[in-house]
Amino acid sequence: MAKLFPKSANKLPVQIIVYLCVVGCIATAAAQYYMTPKYTRVGYAPMQPVPYSHAKHVGELGLDCRYCHSTIDTAGAAIPTSQTCMNCHNQLKAASPALAVIRESYQTGNPVPWVHVHVMPSFVYFDHSIHVNRGIGCVECHGKVSEMDVVTQVKPMSMGFCLDCHRAPELHVREKADVFNLDSGTIAATQGIEAARTFVKDWNIKPPVSCSGCHR
Amino acid sequence: MSQAAEQTAGAPAILQEIRPAVKPRAQLVAHGHDFNWITEKICGIAEEKTPVWWWWCFGCACLVASFTVAGITYLVATGVGVWGHRSPVNWAWDIVNFVFWIGIGHAGTLISAILCLLRQKWRTSINRSAEAMTIFAVVCAGIFPVFHVGRVWYAWFLFPLPNSNYIWQNYRSPLEWDVFAVSTYGTVSVLFWYVGMIPDLATMRDRFASVGKTLKARLYGLFAMGWRGSSRHWSNYEMAYLILAGVSTPLVLSVHTIVSFDFAVSLLPGWHTTIFPPYFVAGAIFSGFGMVLTLALPLRAVYHLEDLITQYHIDCMCKIILATGTMVGYAYAMEFFIAWYGANPYEGFTFINRAFGPYWWAYFLMISCNVITPQFFWFKAVRQNTTLVWILALFVNVGMWFERFVIIATSLARDFLPTSWGYYSPSVVEIFTFFGTFGVFSVLFLLFIRFLPIMAIAELKAVTPQADPHSGEHRGDRHG
Repeated sequence: MAKLFPKSANKLPVQIIVYLCVVGCIATAAAQYYMTPKYTRVGYAPMQPVPYSHAKHVGELGLDCRYCHSTIDTAGAAIPTSQTCMNCHNQLKAASPALAVIRESYQTGNPVPWVHVHVMPSFVYFDHSIHVNRGIGCVECHGKVSEMDVVTQVKPMSMGFCLDCHRAPELHVREKADVFNLDSGTIAATQGIEAARTFVKDWNIKPPVSCSGCHR
Repeated sequence: MSQAAEQTAGAPAILQEIRPAVKPRAQLVAHGHDFNWITEKICGIAEEKTPVWWWWCFGCACLVASFTVAGITYLVATGVGVWGHRSPVNWAWDIVNFVFWIGIGHAGTLISAILCLLRQKWRTSINRSAEAMTIFAVVCAGIFPVFHVGRVWYAWFLFPLPNSNYIWQNYRSPLEWDVFAVSTYGTVSVLFWYVGMIPDLATMRDRFASVGKTLKARLYGLFAMGWRGSSRHWSNYEMAYLILAGVSTPLVLSVHTIVSFDFAVSLLPGWHTTIFPPYFVAGAIFSGFGMVLTLALPLRAVYHLEDLITQYHIDCMCKIILATGTMVGYAYAMEFFIAWYGANPYEGFTFINRAFGPYWWAYFLMISCNVITPQFFWFKAVRQNTTLVWILALFVNVGMWFERFVIIATSLARDFLPTSWGYYSPSVVEIFTFFGTFGVFSVLFLLFIRFLPIMAIAELKAVTPQADPHSGEHRGDRHG
């Protein structure tokens, strides 16, 4: 009877086991890296219908966030209507071709088709007002929008990202006057962690960490 | 009378000679077949040209299995709402089917592990197919909880893997224990099945090689892992098998205990009882042997295996069904007793409701199939009538499915608050998905009997009279 297998086949079982372990580890590590919001979401900067530059309006001209996102501290995020734009742009650059979409929206009443950048899944309950009213600055989640020509997602906005803050709010709170100041620092960074803890205690900041806190 | 008269006449009142009753041990391989016959018989089944009936059965099984594929596809594409369970019955056929299938597997593990340690040699002719049944049953069982999670692509959340959601498993939940119990069970069962098969795979490899079928020889040889049958191989094999038997023995008891914790750890009347673990384990073995008989008897008839699965084997299995079925019956009675004795009005109501509420028909199906059916096995005439045994085994299968249905659906449908009572009926998708799992199971089992040695050839040889050095002409020799 001829030999069915070469002698090297003796090592095959061990080789297969080692191979499967290595492939398993690589696959898990790769999924960890490439399939999480840190990789898939950060850096998302879609082309908008109007080349609106936050760097110019906020960084150079000093517009407050709330001038446009007017309901942010009382309700949810508001994308400004074209009426808000036209407050200035009916005088300034009133004939600019870049603003044609805004003028058309203003005349017809149809909204400008802005592209959603920070997409929150529909199974998450998120309210901007409680965050900005308890010392969580815009910059915590949105980064330095004041320096962006095109709005870009800079934080992963994953559940882990939310929980990092919900579990340790003292590391992220800032003075209420600094919430809309994108260049301010957190209390922990400027006044020390004890001051931050006092702030959290005084303002009764108890972020929920149970499932139903956000998945209602 | 004359003997008595002699004794009274002064003879000693003891027998002259003690003649022990002759009660021969049952022959596990009938008709004194030799080793070669066993090899030819078992290997012949996998080596012969595929029989026509096999193709018909395989085709039908595939057709039935497609119901599960279709049902699952529809569920994934649409959402878990296509199944009929909704508040208050949020666990229904899916969990019933899961427990049903996982329970069936227990006979295989019992046969391979506990009966091995207890040296019950009659296990040898049924252990291979029963272990195969275990594995295929676990496959069918796994389908239900995995797809019940709804977004099945997140099923990996069950395992403690680091993730960007910071989700960590709740180790206080019996559902999480279940994940590990069932996956351990599946892994160990596969290992047991495979390790036990290595010598037989080597036999088949050599047989294919000797007739020049190199491709098949290579394929079987790959899985035979270079088995040569040397003493060292046998020594390692026996040790590995013993260790696996030791590892699996607690699993026979632990897996269904943990499955029962899914219910017993909750606070729902009808679920929250301490009798659940032993009651579930007995029920699992009961249903498992029902399924072993359901499969083994047709197999025996089709392949003429009467000399290997003898009347003695069938007797043994019937007696296990009788014993475990009676335990299950005792548990049913004890649940009622405790409901009364515990004086908890909610629990009392639950059991009255089970027997006389809207699901009374399921309860009485359960009682008649699980408590009354096995009692027929007291009678030797019943145990010797293969057709009747097969029909009764089918009833056991039906009854055990209804047991899980009764436990799960009736307890949930009417709990503490009458305002939240409901009545559960399955959706068509649910029915099709469950129906299809019988096809999935049959497909796998048919492939098994077509390509693998359906009995442990080496072990069967070890239980023949020839394998005993004291058999034959040496019988009667006495060692000093």
